[in-house]
Amino acid sequence: MTRIRLTLNGATIEEEVPARLALADFLRERRHLTGTHLGCEHGVCGACTVLIDGEPARACLVLAVACDGCAVRTIEGFRDDAAMAALRASFHRRHALQCGFCTPGMLITAHDLIRRGKAGGEREIRDGLAGNLCRCTGYTNIVAAIAEAAAQLGASRHGA
Amino acid sequence: MKAPAVAYVRPQSLDEAVAVLGQGAGEVQLLAGGQSLLALMNLRLAAPDLLIDISRLPELTAVGEEAEAVILGACVTHAMVEDGRIPDPSRGLLPRVAAGLAYRAVRTRGTLGGSLALADPAGEWPCVFAALAAEAILCGRAGRRSLPCAGFVTGIYETARAADEIIEAVRVPKLSAAARWGYVKLARKTGAFASALAVAVTDPGRGHCRLVLGAAGGPPLFLAQTAALIGADCRDLDAYRLAVAADLAAAADRHFEEFEMQLHTAAALRAIHQVLA
Repeated sequence: MTRIRLTLNGATIEEEVPARLALADFLRERRHLTGTHLGCEHGVCGACTVLIDGEPARACLVLAVACDGCAVRTIEGFRDDAAMAALRASFHRRHALQCGFCTPGMLITAHDLIRRGKAGGEREIRDGLAGNLCRCTGYTNIVAAIAEAAAQLGASRHGA
Repeated sequence: MKAPAVAYVRPQSLDEAVAVLGQGAGEVQLLAGGQSLLALMNLRLAAPDLLIDISRLPELTAVGEEAEAVILGACVTHAMVEDGRIPDPSRGLLPRVAAGLAYRAVRTRGTLGGSLALADPAGEWPCVFAALAAEAILCGRAGRRSLPCAGFVTGIYETARAADEIIEAVRVPKLSAAARWGYVKLARKTGAFASALAVAVTDPGRGHCRLVLGAAGGPPLFLAQTAALIGADCRDLDAYRLAVAADLAAAADRHFEEFEMQLHTAAALRAIHQVLA
């Protein structure tokens, strides 16, 4: 067991973890942050995508012990985020989820695409979403929702 | 599935990491970005006894610049290259490659050195570094040595790295203003592993000209006859077609199905087309 100290959704926490424990399991089982979903557990589906030090990462392909000293942000940590609020609303309006399993990973990936200015059109959004699988195959509405949120956020930025 | 039980250490310096690597009993794996290793551990295809986390070592995340080359620390991530956060010796080739490698959430963790050390036949960096005549700088208990990336990969998931060595950096020569490159990755989906990969680099002033194929059932495959045509500034596409066929036929250690021949040929010819354009 190794003692780790990290910032999780803005709060500093400390825990003892075994080295084999994936960040995703740490979040779900130790911290009860079950918004981070585990689909494939080998980096293919993207459902467990979280931010580590502001960058998207697969929580199934990162050991909790390796996050010592890092800042981790999960889907639960976006409650006061304007871009995420716009995405949540556009996902709702556009029916961009069916079963909802992929949604946390889709939202965090979409948030990163918008932040990096990589949500400029359908092609760019689809390329950016290539690492997130929706087994309901609801991509059309997901892409439309992200495009809508990106346009809205871009417009509000220009207006500011 | 979940990864098997494993011990973990995070050394504070490269010297310390080399020392731990030399003492390690059982199977020891270096953990860089972990984007392949942890997937293999979750699938129980890998079950090391000890992980040595080298991802944050300052020596391995450093980037240096010389007059003739850029030295990229082994733990520079694909995303750092994609975003242009490091000096680019390749006139755009490295960022292009990085942007098409897996997915952003993998690129933010996965490293250049990790990709080179894994030596997946479909991996981008072993081919690209070989095409650029880059060198791998290795650090072990016996000291440092430098090996050309061409020839560094010796087989499928096999390299010339000794068990007690760590890839410290990759030294990539700077392309001159007259250099041209072509890069084609054929994959069934954005970010998926390549079905065919072709990298062409010509830098006439430096007498450098290489065409390298990846995802070709073994280490990066050099198409020597075809590269010579590029070096001679040949403009005859039929000649290129014949040369690629001859080079593929000459690769005695490979067996290609008909559709694979077509994929590799298409990738090579498209890369050549980019160089000549």
